[in-house]
Amino acid sequence: MTYVRVTEPPSPAAPRKLAGPRFRPDESAFRVLLLCCLAVGIIFLGVLLTYVLVEAWPRLDSRLWNNFPSIRRPERAGAQSAIFGTIWVIAFTALFCLPTGIMAAIHLEEYADPNRWYNRLIELNIQNLAAVPSIIYGILGLGLLARQLALGTTVLTASLTLSLLVLPVVIIASREAIRAVPQSIRQASLALGATRWQTIWRQVLPAAVPGIATGSILALSRAIGEAAPLLLLGAVTYVAFNPEGLESAYTVLPIQIFGWISQSREEFHHLAAAGIVILLAILLIMNAAAIWLRNRFSKRW
Amino acid sequence: MTSPTLKAPAGNGPRSLRRARPRYGERAVQGLLLVAALVSVATTVGIVVSLIPPAVEFFERVSLADFLGGTEWTALFSSPRYGVLPLLSATMLITVIALAVAVPVGLGAAIYLSEYADRRVRKALKPTLEVLAGVPTVVYGFFALSFVTPRLREWWPGGTGPDFQNALAAGLVMGVMIIPTIASLSEDAMSAVPDALRDGAYALGSGRRVVSVRVVVPAALSGIVAACVLGISRAIGETMIVAIASGNQAVLSWNPLDAMQTMTGFIAQAGSGDVPVQSFEYKTIFAVGALLFVITFVMNMISIRLVRKYREVYE
Repeated sequence: MTYVRVTEPPSPAAPRKLAGPRFRPDESAFRVLLLCCLAVGIIFLGVLLTYVLVEAWPRLDSRLWNNFPSIRRPERAGAQSAIFGTIWVIAFTALFCLPTGIMAAIHLEEYADPNRWYNRLIELNIQNLAAVPSIIYGILGLGLLARQLALGTTVLTASLTLSLLVLPVVIIASREAIRAVPQSIRQASLALGATRWQTIWRQVLPAAVPGIATGSILALSRAIGEAAPLLLLGAVTYVAFNPEGLESAYTVLPIQIFGWISQSREEFHHLAAAGIVILLAILLIMNAAAIWLRNRFSKRW
Repeated sequence: MTSPTLKAPAGNGPRSLRRARPRYGERAVQGLLLVAALVSVATTVGIVVSLIPPAVEFFERVSLADFLGGTEWTALFSSPRYGVLPLLSATMLITVIALAVAVPVGLGAAIYLSEYADRRVRKALKPTLEVLAGVPTVVYGFFALSFVTPRLREWWPGGTGPDFQNALAAGLVMGVMIIPTIASLSEDAMSAVPDALRDGAYALGSGRRVVSVRVVVPAALSGIVAACVLGISRAIGETMIVAIASGNQAVLSWNPLDAMQTMTGFIAQAGSGDVPVQSFEYKTIFAVGALLFVITFVMNMISIRLVRKYREVYE
């Protein structure tokens, strides 16, 4: 099909004027400035990762996970107890905080009447807790769990404290996942005669699982990197055995790294960098899993 | 479902609509869920309960005026002085340095992501920026101490450079850590500004820069301020970076090149040592912790209130 031009084409001057001058130095400069802001963070991240990797290179071998920490012989020191300690502490943290957090999220999204003062208080409280400094949780664990409840400085205290620390994150993420399930699903289920809990258990929760899982993994990866509260909870740096239970003493990777940083000898510096590489690798795997979960299972209604 | 029409007659019809039997299971589940939600309240109560008794014991021996007005903090020395000002000033100085990095950079990144970047770019860049928030703070501390500080000492023009441990490196690195907090929250606030405002400004002949700076940013201001307040709260509460990179001497100084100790730095130092439980040093942890909690609590409440406020405007 051919078009016949009915009118003369407008002279090039007219649209030019509407579009404004083609080159506006102030606009471009501003755009470049904004891009620089964005670049600062990303370049910093790149430099940080490169530096850590370069520093860690001489020590990035099997000694790291086969050997126990040693303060006298850095060339033979490893981080096995810290790696196992991290696994123990995080496993129990997940066991404590995920069910509690998800149940709290269900309560707030499905049952709570937002006009009741106590529900508003719970909500405000969670928002505040999410921004309370982590070392305050250390004080909570120290004063209340370790001393008052006499749990001592054990894997149990550490995982309970970390659970409370990441609980707000789990609740907030789970709430968002539950809220994303459309109302029509609930109404259909209720219309078929299902009770409220049956609707939640059989329809809402399965649909929200990908979102909840993603949020939970991110919350746990935050817990893995936390060192400040565990400093107060007696996570010692040089522990030459793996934890054997909830009552056991322990160390974790961030604390081990902190211990190595405080040493002045050069070998410990490389050791700290190597520990950081392991820690970052674990976090990277967890984050990749979270992204994969979100892309693979998330639904769009 | 208790509309009066369903309740009223005792005949055959509507009866079947009524609940056949009370569902105790449902009630039990609901109770259990409420208990889970109350764990978070119990946490706050737990924090307050664990802070107050030791702090009260502390203030029985040290007056509040001496604590808040004293300029010497030597709590772990043999002749202890309990003036918290050196810890407070160090905390404030490092917070100011961190914000001087995080606010302009974070805001710039947020404006780009919200006003300039197209959807695909935003989807890739926002998570990348958020990786910064996921890096453990002990890693930032290591980087500040062993990379940033040596560079600062090397490049410092003339005179004596910064100390081996100093507030400047800690503050700069902490600023980068806070960028995603400020960028992400500000971006949310700016994305919530309705397009009608932008279109109006474009219709008046504004360029994109003017629309961003003069229309979108002011419209999202309370959200942006909330992000900054939350950033302050993060900076005040951050522990590992300052414990590693800013030093362990509590000195009252405003020179960012000096080594200094923050409130969190002191708690970490005192708490990781072998302080006997019954000793007075042990109680100083809780006194400083209580002050830290009060400060961050106030900041968080301001931030939450501001976020609420801007939400109400456009919903």
